[in-house]
Amino acid sequence: MNKHNREALLGPLLANNPIGVQVLGICSALAVTTRIDKALVMTAGVLVVTLLANVAVSLVRNHTPGSIRIIVQLSIIASLVIVFDQILKATLYELSLELSVFVGLIITNCIVMGRAEGYAMQNPPLASALDGIGNGLGYGLVLVLTGFIRELLGAGKVFGFVVLPLAKDGGWYVPNGMMLLAPSALFIIAGLIWLLKTVKPELQDKE
Amino acid sequence: MAKLESPRYTFLFATAVCVVCALMVSVAAVSLQPRQKASARLYMEKNVLIAAGLAKPGQDVEIGEVEKYFEKDIKARLVDLATGELLPEGKVDARAYDQRAARRDPGTSRAAPPNNAGIGRLPKYGVAYFVMKGGQVEQVVIAIEGLGMWGTVYGFLALDRDGITVRGLTYYDQKETPGLGGEIGNPAWQALWKGRHAYDSAGLPAIVVIKGQAGPPDKDPFRVDGMSGATITSNAITRLTRFWLSDDGYGKFLKRFREKGLA
Repeated sequence: MNKHNREALLGPLLANNPIGVQVLGICSALAVTTRIDKALVMTAGVLVVTLLANVAVSLVRNHTPGSIRIIVQLSIIASLVIVFDQILKATLYELSLELSVFVGLIITNCIVMGRAEGYAMQNPPLASALDGIGNGLGYGLVLVLTGFIRELLGAGKVFGFVVLPLAKDGGWYVPNGMMLLAPSALFIIAGLIWLLKTVKPELQDKE
Repeated sequence: MAKLESPRYTFLFATAVCVVCALMVSVAAVSLQPRQKASARLYMEKNVLIAAGLAKPGQDVEIGEVEKYFEKDIKARLVDLATGELLPEGKVDARAYDQRAARRDPGTSRAAPPNNAGIGRLPKYGVAYFVMKGGQVEQVVIAIEGLGMWGTVYGFLALDRDGITVRGLTYYDQKETPGLGGEIGNPAWQALWKGRHAYDSAGLPAIVVIKGQAGPPDKDPFRVDGMSGATITSNAITRLTRFWLSDDGYGKFLKRFREKGLA
């Protein structure tokens, strides 16, 4: 794997994290991080869609008329998302009930569009595939972290298993209800961005 | 690159992309449909088991187990909602009956009478599940639905063989606010319904979700604790539950059932 490809794969994990640094895909990150399992399924969806969309867009990049390139990318992404949603409904039905709304929103997830337009249009399929995987994983990393914090503090659970027994079920922990609502994800993600930029000062905006 | 920008090429390219994408989506939708339908039915029937207390919420129930219950202990029957009569057994496969589809089809539904539960159309037939024990009806489970705060809430209500006492409740499809109205999906809240009375002594639907806390079922039989921060959802649940218990819903059937049993 040459340097260019390695960077495509590993860069988005931290140094160029889609949520933390590019600040893309925040909208869905608020919605699907109340539980870790939801966050994981959403990660899988975004990863698969970004990967396949990047490859497809990259394959036709030299044949796509510039005037309609955005709508071509959107058609490819939308089709892939519908297929993913159909597969989810057929296999993990109960989860799909909760996630279907957000899976549809993968279409408008800025990460997928952003990577197709910003990377796959200029790079060969292999590098684009790696970039898709990298960005999917970078997105997932933030999602799972946020999901972990929200599920633990909001419901006293991790992966659905009780870690902090709730007061209303006879335990001692009084959950923070706000953690189950979307705004809490804003605080947590902002905190993660702050942490990332503190650990890596070169990411800070210079002005 | 002149070729790429010519209108003719652009048009052809767009057409090709559309055809390929449409093909991909259709193949996926058509080939996965049987599995999706089976998953949806399994999920629904699992919720009948939960309402009847035969399965625990959140428990993984294998498809084989559900089949076993429905072959032995649970009888699905169709009820003519207008008359309250049961359709003869074996005439229609009640398990395969899709109440939601029937409600949408003008041939198998009618406009609902004015109501405050957000119900626009009523299916001709409603499904009822009889939970049997030693040849006797132990519980009867009815399907309930109606407008919540954000969308339609679907659930099952299990009544004792006396046709009055609530034995269990589930909502298997709802979009209420997580943490607030979404608590209707919480098994701990659903358990509060157990032992309460759906009808008062005059035979009218009396169960109500109140603001604040209700007493124990034996002292405070008609009232259920409300959910804090979810007044709209609480009121919607009262309305839709009462609608299905009323004569517009399963009321006539439940009255017959109280008087004559399965006959």
